Amino acid sequence: MSELGKYAPLTYFQLMEVSLRELLVEKGVVSNAEVDAVAADMKSRGPERGARVVARAWTDPAYKKRLLADGTAACEELGLDVPALRLVVVENTPEVHNVIVCTLCSCYPRMLLGLPPDWYKSSNYRKRVVREPRAVLAEFGTRIPDSVTIRVHDSTADMRYMVLPMRPAGTEGWSEERLAGIVTRDSMVGVALAQAS
Amino acid sequence: MIERSHHDMGGLPAGKVERSEHDYADWERRVDALMVLLSGIKGAQKLLTVDELRKNIEAIGPEAYDKMSYYERWVVSITQTMLQRGVITTEELARKMVEVKHRG
Amino acid sequence: MVEAKFQPGDRVKVMKAYPLGHIRTPYYIRGCSGVVERICGAFPNPEELAQMRSGLPAQPLYRVRFAQADVWPDYRGGRGDTIDVEIFQHWLDRE
Repeated sequence: MSELGKYAPLTYFQLMEVSLRELLVEKGVVSNAEVDAVAADMKSRGPERGARVVARAWTDPAYKKRLLADGTAACEELGLDVPALRLVVVENTPEVHNVIVCTLCSCYPRMLLGLPPDWYKSSNYRKRVVREPRAVLAEFGTRIPDSVTIRVHDSTADMRYMVLPMRPAGTEGWSEERLAGIVTRDSMVGVALAQAS
Repeated sequence: MIERSHHDMGGLPAGKVERSEHDYADWERRVDALMVLLSGIKGAQKLLTVDELRKNIEAIGPEAYDKMSYYERWVVSITQTMLQRGVITTEELARKMVEVKHRG
Repeated sequence: MVEAKFQPGDRVKVMKAYPLGHIRTPYYIRGCSGVVERICGAFPNPEELAQMRSGLPAQPLYRVRFAQADVWPDYRGGRGDTIDVEIFQHWLDRE
């Protein structure tokens, strides 16, 4: 029975989801409990996990070095469970701004940051950000001057990417927790900058 | 044009990026969970690879690809993969879909 | 695994081919030249995995950095702008 209950019919695709799942349960391939548990687990993963990583990197230069060398190991160091994730973290500097995309499908570091936003998966983003990153970033309200190099990363194979945004001015002396609070998902994809306010 | 697959869209002209977001519906999260379980990221089974998932999404015709939502493409692709792998048959799927539909 | 032919810093060119099958080398980068930024490791070939084959022996995967100005004839942006793409060794030739 769909969560829509008696009030609306299942769409073709919802019907397929129910049917496929019930067949797989009947065949002992998966159980409903497992499916629900995995769905709940993914729901519990969100950008705040990446924000912790960023805040640690901002306050601990040795950790930052390790993070840039091996993103997955650095996440695990903080106790973050990231199954099957091969993470590459790319650093924004005053000279270089990074932005992430997967033009071929929508690969995203899900096990760290949770499910991606619709716009990241949209055709318009996948088509345009590789070719006109500055224009796309401007649509997000992010203006990168021509003097700053933009690096686009297209996640075409086994690695997944996250941007380490620059620590904004005006955050001197802040605790890691307070710093994590200003790190947004968009800044870790590269369409926004982390801001102090 | 068959030389360029519809999904291989980097660099093509397009309009403004709509900054839409939606809360994922339960059925979408279950599709996502099925992929995680069947591909062996979690759990003991390895009955599909993400590569087969992608291949079957890429095989969705351009018009349908554009019309379908992300998880609609996924549920179709996972189902196709299960058919290709022989985990389920078309007849089983047909009977089950009729049964579920009539359950209401 | 197949031995790595390239090292970071090597100039490489992406095969200008348009075959069929499941391919993770984007259309827009084929025929372009860039520089190996890093060796990501060796992984089973996704083209083969998609066809329910093992994809072994594992193939070296490279992160290749391209100048945007070399990829798009009409690129409007900083001359230093780059695009990094992960490409499997069998798509690359030495430049």
